[in-house]
Amino acid sequence: MRWRARVWVTLRAGVLDPQGAATRSALVSLGFTGVQTVRAGKFLELELVAASREEADRQVADMCRRLLANPVTEDFRYELEGCQEG
Amino acid sequence: MRFGVVVFPGSNCERDCFHLVDQVLGRPVRYVWHQDTALERVDCVILPGGFSYGDYLRPGAIARFSPVMGAVAEHAGAGGLVLGICNGFQILLEAGLLPGAMLRNRSLQFQCQDVFLRVEDVETAFTRLCRPGQVLKVPIKHGDGNYHVDPEDLAARGRVVFRYSEADGRVTPEANPNGSMANIAGLANLEGNVVGLMPHPEVSAEEVLGGTDGRVLLESAVRYWEERGPC
Repeated sequence: MRWRARVWVTLRAGVLDPQGAATRSALVSLGFTGVQTVRAGKFLELELVAASREEADRQVADMCRRLLANPVTEDFRYELEGCQEG
Repeated sequence: MRFGVVVFPGSNCERDCFHLVDQVLGRPVRYVWHQDTALERVDCVILPGGFSYGDYLRPGAIARFSPVMGAVAEHAGAGGLVLGICNGFQILLEAGLLPGAMLRNRSLQFQCQDVFLRVEDVETAFTRLCRPGQVLKVPIKHGDGNYHVDPEDLAARGRVVFRYSEADGRVTPEANPNGSMANIAGLANLEGNVVGLMPHPEVSAEEVLGGTDGRVLLESAVRYWEERGPC
């Protein structure tokens, strides 16, 4: 079975985010004065082959823990869906 | 004492490190390829600066899974010396050999400048020839040197070796070039045989390059090894 995983990697609460802060100040200077906070993160989309949803889920969680996110500064979440062959 | 300089795809300071050991210290040194699985007869391994794997995902995140990193961890565990400079430091953090992680510089700019470092710990293999509180002038050149750590994790697994300071050694917010927590510029593991730092001692070891303060790190390592011998 082919599966599609969408992975969001975000900075943990309390970790300074210089990119988010700079983006917020740019938005405010564009006139979006209501913007209180911006947090920048990463989005990854991947397709994988696994025998079952449980197996795909286990693999994606493992990928996030070992490589895609750094647990010192980042949190992750993901969504998993089956995708059509071909 | 033999040195090895690891070359990852995207390393760009390996020749400076090699030059320092070969021409300035006059010690045997060889390159170690990232695909190698053993550090044959290397006593001190240097992970150089650069942009291994293009800094993709996070600096050091992909390099830490290079085959050679298993050998580096084994070497460190057996008491061998490991020095990570800039990207090499980031790789040591990603590999978990030192605690914490790097964020983008607070300025969001690539910082390329001389900085002053106050030596906070003279008991490591790379600082034993320093005086406590000695100030070294060494350049930085990085975009992701904003050090972040859980203080408990730092206390449990690491020692602060260098802090960004003023020329007189005062640790001030103004002296912090990248936003690092507590002005931390470099760390050691608890045993003191693994050290990582963002500044580049390899390009501040000769007068022709504007200063020699960085030389003491490698001279300390040589002294340490001569006194202790292979573990």
